[in-house]
Amino acid sequence: MMAALPPWLTLLIAPFVVLNVVIGLVTYVTLLERKFAARMQSRIGPYRVGPHGLLQPIADALKLMMKEDVVPTAADRRIYNLAPIVFLIPCMLIFATIPFAPGLGVADVNIGILFFLAVSAMEIVGLFMAGWGSNNKYALLSAMRAVNQIISYDLPFIFSALVPVLLAGSLKMSDIAAAQQGSLLKWFIFYPVIGQLAFIMFVVATLAAENRVPFDILEAESELVAGFRVEYSGMKFALIQLGEYAHMIGSSFLGALLFLGAWSGPGPEYLGPIWFLLKAMFMFLVVTWIRWSFVRIRVDQILALSWKALLPATLGLLISTAIVVVWRTSAGF
Amino acid sequence: MLDQSTVSRVEMDWSGPERLTMNMGPQHPSAHGVFRAIVTLEGETVVAVDAVIGYLHRCHEKLSETLTYAQYPSIASKTDYVAAMTSEFAYVLAAEEIGKFEVPKRAQYLRVIVAELQRIASHLLWLGTWCMDMGGALGGGATIFLYCIRERELILDLFEALVGARLLYGFFQVGGTRYDIPDGWAQKCRETIDVIDSRVDEYQRMLEHNAFFLARAKGVGIVSRELAQDVGIAGPLLRGSGINWDLRRNAPYSSYEDFDFRVPVETDGDCYARYRVRMAEFRQAITIVRQALDKLPSGPISSRPALKSVAQIRIPKGEAYARVEGPRGEVGTYMISDGSAKPYRMKWRGASFSNLAILPHIIPGHKVADVVAIMGSVDPVFGEVDR
Repeated sequence: MMAALPPWLTLLIAPFVVLNVVIGLVTYVTLLERKFAARMQSRIGPYRVGPHGLLQPIADALKLMMKEDVVPTAADRRIYNLAPIVFLIPCMLIFATIPFAPGLGVADVNIGILFFLAVSAMEIVGLFMAGWGSNNKYALLSAMRAVNQIISYDLPFIFSALVPVLLAGSLKMSDIAAAQQGSLLKWFIFYPVIGQLAFIMFVVATLAAENRVPFDILEAESELVAGFRVEYSGMKFALIQLGEYAHMIGSSFLGALLFLGAWSGPGPEYLGPIWFLLKAMFMFLVVTWIRWSFVRIRVDQILALSWKALLPATLGLLISTAIVVVWRTSAGF
Repeated sequence: MLDQSTVSRVEMDWSGPERLTMNMGPQHPSAHGVFRAIVTLEGETVVAVDAVIGYLHRCHEKLSETLTYAQYPSIASKTDYVAAMTSEFAYVLAAEEIGKFEVPKRAQYLRVIVAELQRIASHLLWLGTWCMDMGGALGGGATIFLYCIRERELILDLFEALVGARLLYGFFQVGGTRYDIPDGWAQKCRETIDVIDSRVDEYQRMLEHNAFFLARAKGVGIVSRELAQDVGIAGPLLRGSGINWDLRRNAPYSSYEDFDFRVPVETDGDCYARYRVRMAEFRQAITIVRQALDKLPSGPISSRPALKSVAQIRIPKGEAYARVEGPRGEVGTYMISDGSAKPYRMKWRGASFSNLAILPHIIPGHKVADVVAIMGSVDPVFGEVDR
């Protein structure tokens, strides 16, 4: 269908479609998470709005839209108002280079994965603006932690994401996915030793990059109330929430693409996007599972974990992957 | 006497331009009620903490002068609303000591049963809220919290079957207890504590093999043996600092000498030691309840006639101090009677109040995140702190 349209029109339509799908996904992923958490905690979860609480996300979104938009008098208004948007844009942009099926994506650029990693690191600007602009001590502490954490975890995140790049021999997202087609054993998570190690490190680094428990020291509601978004309400709060979940889903798609074979799966080819979505949701549930079973660790422990363990480990893994790949090509198998 | 300068502020060799003073509370997610800690921060590190209390003051001591010995036990439960039975216990013991009232053996055993069940309920709430302080209401902490609340619910059901109320009871009465156990209650109680026994195992497996939990609890908020004695903390905090002191064994009341139990002591003095002590206390409380149910004698539940009017109980002139080992430590009442139906004066000794005094000594030098972990491990109930 896409191929039949003139290219300039595709360029306009595709982002629009992707953006709306992502927003729809975000609203329903919150329900998925709440239901999943409820199961873990022997509760029922949202149940009242619609059958099995299926309309709950819509009710939540409506509620947030109708809430009063409070701006603290002491806030730096321009920064305060701009922050949610600055935060949201990179979180949405990361979907630009993800191919949801062969040829089905906004822009399958040849440095796709670099684009993803670079853009997802940009969210820190919005976070810091929110924390600074709120002129609140909790928010300021949270912003300070955000900068600490994101800088510490970007490198392990990038290094672990580069392992599949080395294995596939390309930075282009669709090439990485294509390298894993055919059989289950071609998925990079099943690559002996390296695949599993890289996957675990990738999940840990994603957790930190997404600010999820046990690395959610930015939000840390038992210490910092709600961290950088403590002063936000209404739609601005909704935008921050949307960005956070979009980032999480984006990372889940990235994980599914890098390690779980993207759209490969049984059945006809048009089921590809469905498989991809299911795998991304699996990644999301792994993160959710971790979130609801661990306690948060302290800021100094988080930094120590990154610089003393994760960074050397991912770097070592990247180098050994490179050695293995070179050895395999030279040995000819 | 402690050196005040080391207590109030630690020097961290800070080179930053200024310190940040931040209010945690009185409205704060981890304030456990209404507690205000004014913390001074150097970056993430707390260098000084000023604990402000009094936001929940309800004039309990004055109130006790206006209510009769028949009325006040139900109000006493509102001092420490998480362990309501314990506060009632301390009140009636003081009145009985002045009046030299006998308490029938059956009533003594019933008191032990509810006091130990209350200890389990209170520790369950502590475990849940403490984990929530460390893990967040939107994380693993909430999972433990909901599990603990589920079990606490079972005990509240037992109390409801016994008294009719779920949180604030009025079960105790000068001279005995107000109610006897209904039919089938003993069996239900046994089943409940069996369930809780197995669930406590589950929590221990879930927490003690969890590296993140250990990283947050071990070596945090160390209370040395000397400091514990100087500040005068009590209960699990004291036993977590290596001091073997438990009123149930050291000064037995209400037939505690009839039961065979162990007083858990840990020597590390950190949050994890306090956690270990409380987890062991779960088991001990469960064995005490089992023994009490086994040995429960028959007979009257009160040495005094059933209550018909509020001013029925009169106590001769005199004064007495009575204390019990509550879930948080020593809960005591000092009572002066002038021979009327009401106490002339009464003083509460709340365990949380004395335990809270440890905070300014141990918090400085820790990170912000540890403030809530330490406060949770102290387990204050602000109804009891402010009274």
